[in-house]
Amino acid sequence: MSDTNVQEMEKPEFYLREEHHPEESTMIGFWLYLMSDCLIFAVLFATHAVLGRNYAAGPSPADLFDLQLVAINTAMLLFSSITYGFAMLEMERGRQKSTLVWLAITGVFGAIFIGLELYEFIHLIHEGAGPSRSAFLSSFFTLVGTHGLHVTFGLVWLVTLMVQVSIHGLIPANRRRLMCLSMFWHFLDVVWIGVFSFVYLMGVLG
Amino acid sequence: MSQQPKSHESASDTHHGHSLGHEAGHGSFKGYITGFVLSVILTAVPFWLVMGNVFDNPTLTAFFIMAFAVVQIVVHMIYFLHMNMESEGGWTMMALIFTIVIVAIALSGSLWVMHHLNSNMMPMSPEMMRNMP
Repeated sequence: MSDTNVQEMEKPEFYLREEHHPEESTMIGFWLYLMSDCLIFAVLFATHAVLGRNYAAGPSPADLFDLQLVAINTAMLLFSSITYGFAMLEMERGRQKSTLVWLAITGVFGAIFIGLELYEFIHLIHEGAGPSRSAFLSSFFTLVGTHGLHVTFGLVWLVTLMVQVSIHGLIPANRRRLMCLSMFWHFLDVVWIGVFSFVYLMGVLG
Repeated sequence: MSQQPKSHESASDTHHGHSLGHEAGHGSFKGYITGFVLSVILTAVPFWLVMGNVFDNPTLTAFFIMAFAVVQIVVHMIYFLHMNMESEGGWTMMALIFTIVIVAIALSGSLWVMHHLNSNMMPMSPEMMRNMP
């Protein structure tokens, strides 16, 4: 090891260990938002776990829930997750048209999900099992309704982005927005796993 | 001494590799298909267990539902949300672990406290029910 070599090495060098990624700092910020959203759902799940057996001499989950409908609903959300994944893959390849097509298919599945959920809610309220019937139904409507509202806003966001992409193309800003919506959409699917497992299946189990 | 700059270089190299590997952050066709197939199986089995009355013991069914839900959430995290230890220098994983801890405390704490509250309540007689405000 020669002297010059050592001197060269001791020259102060400043490494920027992390590069500047403006769009990726959006990603971590959005992830933190999702985590806080997760806490909202956790509180609603806890409420349902505490109140879910208080029927006030009213109907129980086994009387009310139509598991076939829930299974179809779950399938819709699962399909919409994979089609959104395909939209992201097409976006990666820079194909604007097929990205829009997959986004539209995702939107259709999401809309069917919301439609079926609204049908279920209206059906329950017609049967006299509205949110004011018992503590169980209050917590059920709050939890499932909050999830449904999230999906509804996800749909609004989806349509907005489809308009944005068709006007401006797959510019970096639109890619970033699509990636945020991707995380949001898959996150809602994760929450739905909790809903169908703990609210519907465990509820019917009694 | 001669090792130091080299390790620095390789560390920044690997980091660079990760930030360039955008496909890893977005997943691949194969990844999405794997996640989808696993999710379909993990969804269908608990529905089948409940709708087909497979087990006589509800506790056993409940255990399976919970187990399948946890596994499916992990599958979604990996294949759809592309969670890994490296993204954002590990900060997404830290945020996730923190959230899981808080969620576990909130859920178990609520159930624990409210269960005790319930079992310590005075039982209500039908007369009391009738005279309730």
